[in-house]
Amino acid sequence: MSPIPATRPRASAVRSRAENRTGWGFVAPFAVAFLVAIVAPIAYAIYLSLYRQDFFGNQTFVGLSNYVRALSDPSLWGGLGRIVAYIVIQVPTMMALALVAALAIDSGRLRGWRFFRLTLFLPYAVPGVVAVIIWGFVYGPRFGLVGSVNTLLGTTLDPLSPRWIIVAISIIATWEWAGYNMLVYYSALRTVPTELYEAAAIDGAGAMRTMFSVKLPALRGAIVITLIFSIIGSVQLFNEPNLLKPIAPNAITSDFTPTLYAYTLSFAGRQYSYAATVAIVMGIVTAVIAYIVQLRGHREAMR
Amino acid sequence: MSTSRTGARSSRPRPSTTLLVVLVLMTAYTLVPLAYLVVNSSKTSGDFFSTFGLSFGSSFELFANIGHVFSYDQGIYGRWFANTLLYVVAGGGGSAIISLLAGYGIAKYAFRGRTALFAVILGAVAIPGTALAIPTFLLFSKVGLTTTPLSVIVPSLVNPFGLYLMWVYSRDAVPTELLEAARIDGSSELRTFAQVSLRLLAPGFVTVVLLSIVATWNNYFLPLIMLSDPKWYPLTVGLSQWNAQSTGTNAQPIQNLVLTGSLLMIIPIVAAFLFLQRYWQSGLAAGSVKQ
Repeated sequence: MSPIPATRPRASAVRSRAENRTGWGFVAPFAVAFLVAIVAPIAYAIYLSLYRQDFFGNQTFVGLSNYVRALSDPSLWGGLGRIVAYIVIQVPTMMALALVAALAIDSGRLRGWRFFRLTLFLPYAVPGVVAVIIWGFVYGPRFGLVGSVNTLLGTTLDPLSPRWIIVAISIIATWEWAGYNMLVYYSALRTVPTELYEAAAIDGAGAMRTMFSVKLPALRGAIVITLIFSIIGSVQLFNEPNLLKPIAPNAITSDFTPTLYAYTLSFAGRQYSYAATVAIVMGIVTAVIAYIVQLRGHREAMR
Repeated sequence: MSTSRTGARSSRPRPSTTLLVVLVLMTAYTLVPLAYLVVNSSKTSGDFFSTFGLSFGSSFELFANIGHVFSYDQGIYGRWFANTLLYVVAGGGGSAIISLLAGYGIAKYAFRGRTALFAVILGAVAIPGTALAIPTFLLFSKVGLTTTPLSVIVPSLVNPFGLYLMWVYSRDAVPTELLEAARIDGSSELRTFAQVSLRLLAPGFVTVVLLSIVATWNNYFLPLIMLSDPKWYPLTVGLSQWNAQSTGTNAQPIQNLVLTGSLLMIIPIVAAFLFLQRYWQSGLAAGSVKQ
């Protein structure tokens, strides 16, 4: 097409240089913000974690000794233990509720499904802080809704006691997130081609059979994704215990979860180096768990 | 139980009572705390303690409580509301725009280092926000950025998931041939973006804006650690402060303010969700097929 073929390579070199400039131009604002708000803090935290601050703010290089301290810190391990208990209770409960709701809404056998889809999703729009504040009032054994029920029935229920606190937090988190997960599952169910249902019907598959052979396999990806996000979210648990602490001082200690512990270390204790170490350890733990869950999810999907 | 009712979409299946009962129970779980909030926002402090949790008080005081929320402590609630709007517009809005530009740039220009950059950014999706917030606080306090609004706005600007959504959207919604045609017509890249691509990207962009607004409106941990002056608090931190004041040893009787303030904070975001349903649903759909 071009009358002088010789100029072509030069033109494309100019083009690609221009493309480089334009491409980076579009990406530059994000890249700068990414450096300032993600890369630099991580680098600084790693640097801090290798030092120890004395009383006067002098830094001494201590190698990995902050990490050694973290690995044998009963506060950190105690917090992790509570997180594991919390994950075991909360994540399966929430995912089961979300799955049941999504399958019910998708089944075509539920009257008023639009209403249910919208209502169950509603708590997602409620800011986490407000959700915990409301539930804190609901849980109040003397002044709240539980208190009203106690007066009415002569019971002494106390969701904010050390014995029940993890269950109480699980109920809040499930309330906040079940609807969101339901919508993720529902969106995945919507992508199942109608022909697949028709084929199943022709093969004589009943409702249960269709659910197990068509719907649940279609949900696998969505289930793995929500599982990973739920676990990552749970490992960071902070809002609920921090906001319930004033009304449940006996049940929630300042090292109740690792994040609450890191927060206490940096603000009450001013142990910045060690707080940075705890944050890094938690980041690594989270990444490892997410990686394992994802790997297992893939392996299951291969089978 | 399993009669062959799965010819589904052609013949209408029989409604199930079991499913209805299960879903009604789940709806009760969802609505009771919200009903509690609405009911108790309309009570006086006295009625709050003396009447049953889910029944209205002797008088309906919602509007008096709203007035009280805005006048308490020299109207600090209004200030918190304005701060929240600032963080939502500058942080959330800014993050959506930055994600839009970067997602488009990565999808449409084969610049050097693109693949590596994209891999790094996608890896960052998995970084837990809370674990990152403490290092960010330590760094910002070192350079004297904490206690200013910037300390909340700057970290909110980075949203790797938003970038991912805009990348998917740019790749699918903007045909490369269209850009080539504009180039041949002599249009500059920026003009092409503003006059051709932007229109095609609008629906995806609205989704990202919505997700950013929700994230910054609900943000708690970051402003909690960054800010120390109540003058700069967003609503989340301010309300939690009031909530803490209303309990404990020398508690102030401001429960009705906490409840009414919470109710007022929910209303705008619930309204946004109801009006923009279409958009958050497409965003969720994109999230669910991420695998």
